[in-house]
Amino acid sequence: MTSGFMLRSALGLLLAATAPAAIQAAPLKIGMITTLSGAGAGLGVDARDAFALALKQANNPEATLIVEDDAQKPELAVQIADKMIQSDGVDVLTGIIWSNLAMAVVPNAVDQEIFYLSVNAGPSALAGANCHENYFNVAYQNDNFHEAMGQYAAETYKNTLIMAPNYPAGLDALTGFKRYYTGELAGEIHTQVGQSDYAAEIAQIRASGADSVFFFLPGGMGIAFLKQYAQSGVEIPLIGPGFSFSQDVLPAVGDAALGVRNSASWSPDLENEASRAFVEAFKAEYGRLPSIYAAQAWDTANLLLSAQAKADVKDPEAFRAALKEADFASVRGKFGFNHNNHPIQDIYVREVAKLEDGTLTNRIVAKAFEDRGDAYAEACKLP
Amino acid sequence: MKSLISASPREAAANLAILALLILGPWAALSAGHPFYVTLATKAAILALAATGLHLALGLGGLVSFGHAAFFGLGGYAAGILATHAGSGEALIFGWAGSREILLMICAAMGLALLAALPIGAISLRTSGVYFLMITLAFAQMIYYFALSWPAYGGDDGLSFRRGIFPGLNSARPLPFFWICLGALLIGLAIFQILRASRFGTALEATRQNPQRVEALGIEPFGLRLTAFALSAMMVGAAGALFANLNRFASPSMLSWQMSGELIMLILLGGRGRLLGPTAGALLFVAMEHVLGGWTERWQFFLGLAVLGVAVFARGGFLGLIAGGRRDG
Amino acid sequence: MPGISPLSFALLLEQLLNGLQLGVMLFLMAAGLTLIFGVMGVINLAHGALYMIGAFACAAVAAATGSYWLGLAAALTAAAAAGALIEATILRRLYGRDHLEQVLATFALILIISEGTRWIFGGFPLFLDVPPLLQGAAPLPGGGAYPIYRLAIIGVGAAAALGLHLLISRTRLGMRIRAGESDREMIGALGVEIGRLYTLVFALGAALAGLAGGMIGALQSVQVGMGEPMLILAFVVIVIGGIGSIWGALVGAVLVGVVDTMGRFLLPKAFALAYPPSEASAMGAAVASLLIYLLMAVILALRPQGLFGAPSR
Repeated sequence: MTSGFMLRSALGLLLAATAPAAIQAAPLKIGMITTLSGAGAGLGVDARDAFALALKQANNPEATLIVEDDAQKPELAVQIADKMIQSDGVDVLTGIIWSNLAMAVVPNAVDQEIFYLSVNAGPSALAGANCHENYFNVAYQNDNFHEAMGQYAAETYKNTLIMAPNYPAGLDALTGFKRYYTGELAGEIHTQVGQSDYAAEIAQIRASGADSVFFFLPGGMGIAFLKQYAQSGVEIPLIGPGFSFSQDVLPAVGDAALGVRNSASWSPDLENEASRAFVEAFKAEYGRLPSIYAAQAWDTANLLLSAQAKADVKDPEAFRAALKEADFASVRGKFGFNHNNHPIQDIYVREVAKLEDGTLTNRIVAKAFEDRGDAYAEACKLP
Repeated sequence: MKSLISASPREAAANLAILALLILGPWAALSAGHPFYVTLATKAAILALAATGLHLALGLGGLVSFGHAAFFGLGGYAAGILATHAGSGEALIFGWAGSREILLMICAAMGLALLAALPIGAISLRTSGVYFLMITLAFAQMIYYFALSWPAYGGDDGLSFRRGIFPGLNSARPLPFFWICLGALLIGLAIFQILRASRFGTALEATRQNPQRVEALGIEPFGLRLTAFALSAMMVGAAGALFANLNRFASPSMLSWQMSGELIMLILLGGRGRLLGPTAGALLFVAMEHVLGGWTERWQFFLGLAVLGVAVFARGGFLGLIAGGRRDG
Repeated sequence: MPGISPLSFALLLEQLLNGLQLGVMLFLMAAGLTLIFGVMGVINLAHGALYMIGAFACAAVAAATGSYWLGLAAALTAAAAAGALIEATILRRLYGRDHLEQVLATFALILIISEGTRWIFGGFPLFLDVPPLLQGAAPLPGGGAYPIYRLAIIGVGAAAALGLHLLISRTRLGMRIRAGESDREMIGALGVEIGRLYTLVFALGAALAGLAGGMIGALQSVQVGMGEPMLILAFVVIVIGGIGSIWGALVGAVLVGVVDTMGRFLLPKAFALAYPPSEASAMGAAVASLLIYLLMAVILALRPQGLFGAPSR
């Protein structure tokens, strides 16, 4: 009962906050390219659902959304972007989950004077010298969560073994971790992309004498590793970025994830008005807890709405300035843009815990960084 | 002779219709204010070129390769690597810093595909039938994993670059780039037709139908097959270079086994053994992907059903349905 | 020193067991593929999809009933039923046709089964845990430990290999299978109901894949697309072992399992002798991912028909 009442009042608040926008805003056409089929579909579904819910709550007839599935294929994502720009005439593109798809789509889209807002994925190549005035990252720079774990490990451990797949995002993860980690490295393991069996790696971990293991294994790879690690009898504590402990994968990992410390810019228990309202609204609409991807997509939608209320997207200068102000109620509490249009935000250390009803979720245990930007901003020439 | 001219009247009519659709369609779409259809037609033309290339090995030579994505992807990377070096000015080889010329990219793609096809073919062609299929698949996987874990050119992130240039045409715009790709397809089709009608083609078809007899005539089937395999790889490589230019992006997914499967699918969908079979298949596939994809996110399910229907019931593919009869060629 | 851990006996033994366990999984996949090819001459690309069906059935039934064992039974049943259905409705029409059409039809089946599974179960991976009986790790001589569940998988795989051997060499069904492999027309002339035999063989191969899927589901992520990497490895296995040979599948599977595991384990160490640890690890991983394909190329260059394949084909 109480929660139902809270939900309604929260919705009321949100509606009240966005109501004036519905009257004066100029039309805004948003194209969302995201992964709705294939192995990574869960992430895109969460992003789309949250984004659509934010628009629905804003009840703004001038903001229209079209969504298409990229099936996690870069070629298809490029083709959809071309179609949305050439045929549908979108003003803004968003929605891509994976760095490799973003690298395929973003440079060409922003060259065609389209705005791109990232709900996830912040490859380093787009944060530094190749930053662009029309590219806004509302999620994180890829290194952020790894850096946070490096910072945490530096404070907590002395001899960490680090592990990631042998591909650019994996190598970035290890670089990001090492940027802040000051202890000894017990070892460095590169796994294969898409690998599903980690017995050989676990054997090496067992023999390594490490006091902790940092790992970055997104998607199914992380699920497989955690389950196998739990069965191996190895007791060395695991730490990692929040991707393997997000709400979309926790049910598949099960209790094997309990107690693992991980980093993220948001957690469902974060104490602020916008976050509480978001979690309640998402649960009410879809019957599940939102993941970090949902949270980032929600923020992206609200950022767009806030800019639309201030400027017409047909006036790129004004719209860009409105975006840059980041004048919206972020579920992350404090949120602002650095000069390279990437976030300045807090990064937390979370722990996987179990709710009374048996649902696994995350609880914030510490703050790794306050107002963190990223390591590449310096190379960006934007003012 | 199974040629465009001497095909049955109905097939000839279908061929003309396909070519007319490809040539006039994009132009009409652009005039009607739907520029995106030009991009779709470009994709179809490139896939048609790739499938025609595979058709050389698979149709004429009876070599069921499940690994031609390797050559498609290598072609894409050849284009991407040349363009990246041209963009950065960093020397690629002997102090030469790459190039943005699409024609040069195509040459490099064909060269790279040839370099890969010779050893792969030499080992794989020692076997035949299902062995051949699985071995070519395994070689393609090897190249796929190599591209994935080789960091210099982006690995899993792929290689993003600006579309190349072409003498006399503004290739950055959709319609001129389409003309380039259509021209490449027409050249590919002409090569296919000339090869098929040549003594080489006749001998190759004979090795498919009756290898013992060809050997009795003193011709070594291995050499014929290796030549067909290499030519086929080069044409697929050229298509890969164009595909990467279309997307302004090369990535390991061009090398994936699904890509190999799709290329086979295009040939059988359109009609194996017919000059324009792969082209018809590519048009059909792109149309289905676009229409079904706009209709439901479960489009792969319905695509699967359609392909299954063709495999089981329409053995001659789409052109077989229209023109009647079945071709083994 | 980073990147280099001591090469103890316990570690080597553990890695050897890991290779064996991977080999056993590959054998279950490869045996079905090679059996189906041997008897019916069909190349089944959808074998990985049957493996996935096993994993999903196991996870769904285990979640509904709380029993892993019921789940495993469901995995076998569901995969066998799907296999029989596919054989009876689709593949039966393709016997005697070109391999190309079989490739196309089974490629289409991958699309249909994968997207259909997602339709039913949604885009998120399913949960499946190791049964309580097999939780935890057992001590190894030399001070290491090894997960009991993986030991159980090795045991089940060995039992399946033995069972398959007995089935083929000692039973009437096995006799018919052997007859079917050597001469398809003769077996028809003998009055064996070929249709039923084929359905049975296909269901048997599918059940082996389903068993593998159900068992691996507790160790991995149960998700759409999990079958195809296994399928490609199984292809490598049967190409190395010789298509149509169960014995070849067994030897090929263990060889691939051990070489792959040892490569991933030892290559980074080998590179570390000459390069800094971080680079060595990346290079080792890159070469390790190619190793089994190189192995295959070498074996084929020496013996095009595979280790145990019949020379003609």
